[in-house]
Amino acid sequence: MTEKALLTNREKVKVEKSGADFLMDALKKQNVDVIFGYPGGAVLPIYDKLYSSGLFHILTRHEQGSIHAAEGYARVTGKPGVVIATSGPGATNVVTGITDAMIDSLPLVIFTGQVATSVIGTDAFQEADVLGITTPITKHNYQVRKTEDIPRIVKEAFHIASSGRPGPVLIDIPKDIAILSGFADEDPEMDLPGYQPTVQPNHLQIRKLVEAVSSSEKPVILAGAGVLHSKGADELKTYAQQQGIPVVHTLLGLGGYPADHSLFIGMGGMHGSYAANMALSTCDLLINIGARFDDRLTGNLKYFAPYATVAHIDIDPAEIGKNIPTKIPVVGNAKEALTDLIAQDGKKPEVTKWIETINAWKKDFPLCYRNDTGALKPQKVIELLHQYTNGEAIVVTDVGQHQMWAAQYYPFNKPHAWVTSGGLGTMGFGLPAAIGAQIAEPENIVISISGDGGFQMTNQELAVIAEMNLPIKIVIINNHALGMVRQWQEIFHEKRYSHSTFQTQPDFVKLADAYGIPGFKATTEAEAIVLIEKAVTMNGPVLLDLHVEPEENVYPMVSPGKGLHEMEGVKQ
Amino acid sequence: MKGIITLTVNNRPGVLNRITNLFTKRNYNIESMTVGPSEQEGISRMTVVVHVENEHVIEQMTKQLNKQIDILKVNDISNQSIVSRELALIKVMATSQNRAEINSLIEPFRAAVIDISKDSLTIQITGESEKIGAFIELMKPYGIKELARTGTTAFPRGTQRTSNKSLTIV
Ligand SMILES: Cc1ncc(C[n+]2csc(CCOP(=O)(O)OP(=O)(O)O)c2C)c(N)n1
Ligand SMILES: [Mg+2]
Repeated sequence: MTEKALLTNREKVKVEKSGADFLMDALKKQNVDVIFGYPGGAVLPIYDKLYSSGLFHILTRHEQGSIHAAEGYARVTGKPGVVIATSGPGATNVVTGITDAMIDSLPLVIFTGQVATSVIGTDAFQEADVLGITTPITKHNYQVRKTEDIPRIVKEAFHIASSGRPGPVLIDIPKDIAILSGFADEDPEMDLPGYQPTVQPNHLQIRKLVEAVSSSEKPVILAGAGVLHSKGADELKTYAQQQGIPVVHTLLGLGGYPADHSLFIGMGGMHGSYAANMALSTCDLLINIGARFDDRLTGNLKYFAPYATVAHIDIDPAEIGKNIPTKIPVVGNAKEALTDLIAQDGKKPEVTKWIETINAWKKDFPLCYRNDTGALKPQKVIELLHQYTNGEAIVVTDVGQHQMWAAQYYPFNKPHAWVTSGGLGTMGFGLPAAIGAQIAEPENIVISISGDGGFQMTNQELAVIAEMNLPIKIVIINNHALGMVRQWQEIFHEKRYSHSTFQTQPDFVKLADAYGIPGFKATTEAEAIVLIEKAVTMNGPVLLDLHVEPEENVYPMVSPGKGLHEMEGVKQ
Repeated sequence: MKGIITLTVNNRPGVLNRITNLFTKRNYNIESMTVGPSEQEGISRMTVVVHVENEHVIEQMTKQLNKQIDILKVNDISNQSIVSRELALIKVMATSQNRAEINSLIEPFRAAVIDISKDSLTIQITGESEKIGAFIELMKPYGIKELARTGTTAFPRGTQRTSNKSLTIV
């Protein structure tokens, strides 16, 4: 075909629409089933089209709520969470959540309004340099310059957000671009010559790994969220069991391997289990699958896995060798790599002794806490939540001590049930993320576990929960403190509790009541049992304000600067 | 060590910002950076010179740059046989007494005088960074009024004398 014929062919499928109409149709093409957002001047044309689009939109009460809800949705489904925010303050209000999604590799597509192209650069009303602000915190970002680019840009954005190593992609849309009409092909070709993530691992590297495994005596798998992003939990299970290799999880990887299986050692890192950290410290082969050797996991790098040959499977080549010298790099999707490893069916390593050692650690140094002070223990609360939900809930946390206790005392046997802010540690994440998780999984029981501090950062989203009658079980682990800060001040700053304890707190039960959500308070274990049992059987939302021992600390712990083998508080 | 990375990038708004941002975010130090059109329309070519502690850092840099969607190609040519050039404009004080002397220094460096005023000469010099540095040292005693350097732009040579130490992306 001549170039001209091609052109006219193309011309035929072009249709004329306004930018906002192109956007609505592009979103439908992507099968977007929910949008979290907040309107404003610059996105009025978009909201006007949304009104009659048939697309499902949830009005959160703060843009931060929108973005965290989208993250919760993305974490549970693996599909991009979609957010709309207006220009200026709307856009800057989503910055924290975008950063959070970037570091935790969550797929998001964020649309921000922008002032009209004619006034960009003039400090117009509600103008902010959103491209500039979000460049370091997005996988990619766009500003739409021509209406007819919208179908292509939206298609590319969803592709970039959800392929390779997932991440947030932002599209900034000037107001006039949304209003003006243009001619465009609604099924355009993507134009991404510089984007070709490696999915299929190199077979030779896999062979090297198989060989290393067969000759190892103390192998360990460190499984991160990459296993979950690639939907490779089944393959991880098959592979670990085929080879008899024990598994340690990162904080974000929890649920990738069934916690009740004998090969599961536990979570590694700062508040991981003794057995997991000792396994990492003494193994002779460390197979990292989809984790990024974050410093909260490794402790002091000088002492990390000193005897190990390191193999690292990651979809992002830049993660391999970034923090830890790596002998066997494997670039690719975790599921694909595991599938290949399973197919190799290599010679099993002889690990009887190693497993015995690990089992002895597990038996002698299990997670533990004292429950003899009469006060309600936060660890007990988590255990009760686990018990009364049969370990089958989707657990969403905020950030702080309660988050670590949830990770320690709510073992997961299935993937995609654990939603937490890992890399950024964003307080205020939990409650809105629980909304996104519940929207994604309407049939599942969702528990939102927050601290009394972080809960107050985004508690306005109770309105959404009430409005939609989302059956979220909202649990506040109330220690009248910024507990994690208080703990560090106790241990590292001679108990100088500088601005970490609350003299004043709202009555959380009344707060729930103000939104029409039933709320209950407990101060003893007996009361907590009654309330938790009741809460899980209630149909709608419920808030539990559980007053726990205020001086409780998270243990065991690897202090900053220490190696994983130097855990403190292993025995209570 | 000194590292040289060349980039082929889409000439789109915000691309330069993305690249400089990445260097800031990852705490990399840029010594110089040049950008200009390449042989292909819509595609620019950049040369980035960096000072790093070791090769590991350059490898990381290369990998991080590779992830950028608007970067089409990243080439670490630090250990390759390359041709590299930089241009400098130097305005140096010159009196009628020392003008001849300055001119005699210019010649071996194949520099050129491109502007003359009553009390100064403007000299243009091209070459590798070290040569330019040496020339500037020579000019210093006369008094440098103004100095502008472009930064290095570079290519691998058509034929490589040693085998390329290229990054293994497996
Ligand atoms: C937005 C934000 N600000 C500050 C911090 C630092 N920080 C980490 S944990 C913590 C205390 C959290 O207190 P609370 O929500 O009550 O949870 P707890 O630790 O008591 O369980 C703080 C202030 C943070 N992680 N995020
Ligand atoms: Mg607290």
